[in-house]
Amino acid sequence: MNKIKPQFLPGGKLSKLHSFYEGMETFLFTPNDTSRSGAHIHDGNDLKRTMIMVLVALAPAMLFGMYNIGLQHYMAIGQTASTSWLTMWTFGLLAILPMIVVSYAVGLGIEFISAQIHGKEIQEGFLVTGMLIPLIVPINTPLWMVAVATAFAVIFAKEVFGGTGMNIFNVALITRAFLLGAGTIINGFSGATPLGQVSTHVGDTMTLHNVVGDPISTWDAFMGFIPGSPGEVSTLAILIGAAILLITGIASWRVMGSVFVGGLAMGALVHALPSATYPASLLNPIDQICYGGFAFAAVFMATDPVTGARTHIGQYIYGFLIGVIAILIRVYNNGYPEGAMLAVLLMNVFAPLIDYCVVQANINRRMRRARANK
Amino acid sequence: MATIHLKKGLNLPLAGRLVDESVSMAASCSCYAVVPDDFQGIVPRMDKREGDAVHAGDVLYHDKTHDAIKVVSPVSGVLKEVRRGERRKIEAIVIESDGTGAAIEHNVKRDVRELLLESGLWVMLRQRPYDVVPSPEVEPRDIFVTAFDSAPLAPNLLQVVGEKRQYLAAGVKALQTLTAGKVYVGFKDGEEFDIEGAEVNSFKGPHPAGNVGVQLANVKPVNKGEVVWTLDIVTLARIGELMTTGKVPFDTLVAVTGERVKQPHYVHAIMGCTVEALLKDNLCDGDNRIISGNALSGVKVPLDGFLRAPYRHLTVIPEVSCPDEFMGWAALSPKRFSIYRTFTSWLTGSKDIKMDARIKGGERAIVRLDEYDDMLPMDIYAEFLIKAIITRNIDKMEQLGIYEVAPEDFALAEYADTSKLELQRIVREGLDFLRGELS
Repeated sequence: MNKIKPQFLPGGKLSKLHSFYEGMETFLFTPNDTSRSGAHIHDGNDLKRTMIMVLVALAPAMLFGMYNIGLQHYMAIGQTASTSWLTMWTFGLLAILPMIVVSYAVGLGIEFISAQIHGKEIQEGFLVTGMLIPLIVPINTPLWMVAVATAFAVIFAKEVFGGTGMNIFNVALITRAFLLGAGTIINGFSGATPLGQVSTHVGDTMTLHNVVGDPISTWDAFMGFIPGSPGEVSTLAILIGAAILLITGIASWRVMGSVFVGGLAMGALVHALPSATYPASLLNPIDQICYGGFAFAAVFMATDPVTGARTHIGQYIYGFLIGVIAILIRVYNNGYPEGAMLAVLLMNVFAPLIDYCVVQANINRRMRRARANK
Repeated sequence: MATIHLKKGLNLPLAGRLVDESVSMAASCSCYAVVPDDFQGIVPRMDKREGDAVHAGDVLYHDKTHDAIKVVSPVSGVLKEVRRGERRKIEAIVIESDGTGAAIEHNVKRDVRELLLESGLWVMLRQRPYDVVPSPEVEPRDIFVTAFDSAPLAPNLLQVVGEKRQYLAAGVKALQTLTAGKVYVGFKDGEEFDIEGAEVNSFKGPHPAGNVGVQLANVKPVNKGEVVWTLDIVTLARIGELMTTGKVPFDTLVAVTGERVKQPHYVHAIMGCTVEALLKDNLCDGDNRIISGNALSGVKVPLDGFLRAPYRHLTVIPEVSCPDEFMGWAALSPKRFSIYRTFTSWLTGSKDIKMDARIKGGERAIVRLDEYDDMLPMDIYAEFLIKAIITRNIDKMEQLGIYEVAPEDFALAEYADTSKLELQRIVREGLDFLRGELS
């Protein structure tokens, strides 16, 4: 790497690709730069490592999602018994791989170009976003739509605000919202997902069915043998990811915990007041958590530190309201059977306001102290 | 007396800590230096020229705005060189010692303030706000003294004070004449003892519990419009000795520590001596970073450089211990130390961790939550304050408590920062900016 370095430095033949070179170099080798001012020692952790750990946490949900894509497919064509799990998993892998490739190619391409234009270092934010996108859009979304939506989200939700760490909205969710706005997704699976069935349900008792019409249980939903977006189906796999995020301390347990508390509380409330007009109110709170994108949103979306609340008290409020609003939208808005992702986007808007109020309380305390001492 | 429990912060068990209390004498050293950068807030105007003879305690320079604030020579000899840098800024004043130790003796019957200013001990004090040498006209609300240093590998300040402990009460008595408030002394939990006239508190908790700013924030924070003075117990003993004997003690105990020091121990030396004299026959070979002070907030000095204020600690760590580490971000080795559980070092437990001076990552926007707040045991939203400083928003800086902080309070957050921002530099620049705007 050091041999070709001069070509990328100012004045070199390829100096315009400097940030590309730098991105590659720092990817391969830990920089030897030492501190010039301030602290002489620095922790081994950096943003690259942090982002990689989020990918590790996403792995269980992704791997299971691949298997489930195959499972649902072979179930639909009635060959479940004669197909091995490996075949199913490979089927899913091949189905989702193009989406992962397209998502990364488009997103990273834009990041590289943007870094080049601004003469900045390439940042790691898209590593996670690029993996989140294929996991939350339906597997049968056309690739060109994924490409357009990703480009839209990266440019308008991130780069215009200044890149990684500066965005107001969660970039992956903007991708999904874009597809939703364009009318391609109803609730994360353009077939009959459990929540899709719920929203069109008529009557006082509720039984949900899988693709071949057999009833599905809460246990199926928890394990993930249900139709849905690849990353969202298995609550168990998501909880394994949650454990990784919490042990490594990357995600805030305050946010994650309060989303679940908010969801369960609101779920219990709506279940206590069941109504045939709002069929989702017939689901019990545990079902609310296991179906749809609730768990995924709680673990991977709400905990995005950049777009969430940053003060401790703020994190509790932010998380709790995401949980409440997710269930609220799901139950009382028949237009959108899935509310978790929208709830996160909505609270992204309010996060700075929540923080403002919390910080203002600290400021007021300081001002009062100053006045009292005079 | 109250015991204050501080939960936030972190003790970094770096390799190369002091194992016993043995003291050796520094190797002989012909040159000593005073570095004006050590005394923030003072613009030097020279009183002596190159070639002038000086005694220990003779005035070298005074402050441009406050003539009364003086900086003195720690040894007797000849002013050898006034080292200047860019725009003729004075970088160091080097004195060649004549070895006689002839020192100025002061009249102890004088006013305490005048005596402190004239003796050169005044510049060892700091004031909040701004963390600069205090202005002589302003009476402080209170005076805070810290009796321990909690930074990595730091010396035991009570050991540095040693037999001079007898002068502490005289020091407190002198300081009491300068304030209508109290003189607070903050001890490490378990080490406390009573000093006549002082309000004693003890602090339990990890670094930065020993930072005087942290102690002050947890006892009685500084408000806008108030001035508080801060110092350490070693300076307090020196003040006491001056008040009693009329002489300023320029000798000091320096903890020579760090991974690259063969035998970490205390060295008895004179303030401003050369680093070489402290490290003679005790330095490991290799590319070393020598830090005057601790590894978090000290100053990088060359081997032929000089010991810097507060003249009590020297740390030597490797500059780059592992060059061109391949895909370091994917490392599974427990040797790559991190306080976060994203690396495996937390599984093996850590004692004597080895750290070099690499930043180990690129500078990024602030992403990770709570990093700064977890390292700062004060009622301050550190991240919001840093943002206010970066944007030079004076109102917000004041509201968020910039008057309560000093750069060293952010040293630990700078270590832990995933985004690798130079927090201490940001805070220092913010304080200087505010001081310039408001004066």
